[in-house]
Amino acid sequence: MTGLTVPTTGRPRLGRGVRMRFDKTRGKHVLVLPETVVVLNATGAAILELCDGQRTVTDIVAALREQFGEVPDEQVVGYLSKLAERRHLEILDD
Amino acid sequence: MTEPAVPEPPMGLLAELTYRCPLACAYCSNPIEIAAYRDELDTADWQRVVTEAAELGVLQLHLSGGEPLLRRDLADIVATASGLGLYTNLVTSALGLNEKRAAELHDAGLDHVQVSLQADEPTLSDRIAGTPSFERKIAAARTVRDLGWPLTLNVVLHRQNIDRVDRVLAAAEDLGADRIELANTQYYGWAWHNRTALLPSREQLAQAEVTVRAAKERLRGQMEIIYVVPDYYATYPKPCMGGWGARQLVVVPTGDAMPCLAAHELPLPRANVRDGSLRWIWEDSPMFSAFRGTDWMPDPCRSCERRDVDLGGCRCQAFALTGDATRTDPVCHLSPDHHLVESAVEAANADRAGETVSLPLVARPHA
Repeated sequence: MTGLTVPTTGRPRLGRGVRMRFDKTRGKHVLVLPETVVVLNATGAAILELCDGQRTVTDIVAALREQFGEVPDEQVVGYLSKLAERRHLEILDD
Repeated sequence: MTEPAVPEPPMGLLAELTYRCPLACAYCSNPIEIAAYRDELDTADWQRVVTEAAELGVLQLHLSGGEPLLRRDLADIVATASGLGLYTNLVTSALGLNEKRAAELHDAGLDHVQVSLQADEPTLSDRIAGTPSFERKIAAARTVRDLGWPLTLNVVLHRQNIDRVDRVLAAAEDLGADRIELANTQYYGWAWHNRTALLPSREQLAQAEVTVRAAKERLRGQMEIIYVVPDYYATYPKPCMGGWGARQLVVVPTGDAMPCLAAHELPLPRANVRDGSLRWIWEDSPMFSAFRGTDWMPDPCRSCERRDVDLGGCRCQAFALTGDATRTDPVCHLSPDHHLVESAVEAANADRAGETVSLPLVARPHA
């Protein structure tokens, strides 16, 4: 089974009914969905904070490079694709 | 393995606001003695419970029942939870979810709605629900979509509707659902009482699984399909609730707090939110510590390499089947009590020509 691959021109944003927040109890960002909580690591949170439905995947990688230096494209695309496949993200592309 | 002094905080609170319900589904997980739960917590009680839950680290609030819409204060409870940053999820039959009520809940900050369907068409759906309800459910599902909420449909699968799973999926697609949960019946409460009439045959399951697998592939990225496998046909048990007192807590209409919604009958001292704080209940009560972690386990679980995967399965299922909540979940093929599950499965696969969809169901009462 091959997964979805998010196009670099796609503009990701949180899926419908998905919320991201900082959880004080755990000291981490979390994605909250109807039946799931995804506890994010710092990198995941940094990527998702850029997913505003305006920036393209290319823009997101560029912004991450400014923050963190070297960022492998394929890792970001892989992460976004995995979340899109689970419908935690939706990808605008036009 | 030694237990940590303070358990990890819970992720979710399942608030069973009332056991009153306009439906009478024979697979209901509510306890048999529904009449014993009429002394419901009031609005201020629930608002306090929700506030204590948020302080404890809960992130999601599931509002369920019975039918939670029968609580007139539902929007007040949602508003409190929403104000605390909790993700609020309404689990409903959708009876009573008219446009006015839906708008009120939307304004209160409700994040998500799960609507139950009993089948893909009115005759069977209404028969299983015990009341004319299908058309109203469809209308309510459309209202959910119109208000911009994501739509999740819940369908409990059993002997009498599982052969229609392809049509159920088509109906969900027509409604533009974001997600559908196809959950094989779990045998607690009324479902336990009706087990013979509900347990599907191996052939029925095999067919359904082929259909579901194909639909998952076809609808990938468009509609999420969650298929909950029937434990009676599984080799290993489910890690019930992600582990006893590990991720979730349940508060029932009268305020008893439990690690699992089927724990009513377990011989453990009650822990009630009217008598103690939610923090005490989660961290220190015997109810929550009894089966937390792996120290309580008997063999074969204790020496099993899957003990941290299955967590011994479901305590309530072990209790229902054996009368002893400390035993390995009999669903496990390694359980010394596995024959109890095997005999039920055998009966479900015996030649019962003509009985597939017509065994009588005992309806749960409305209140």
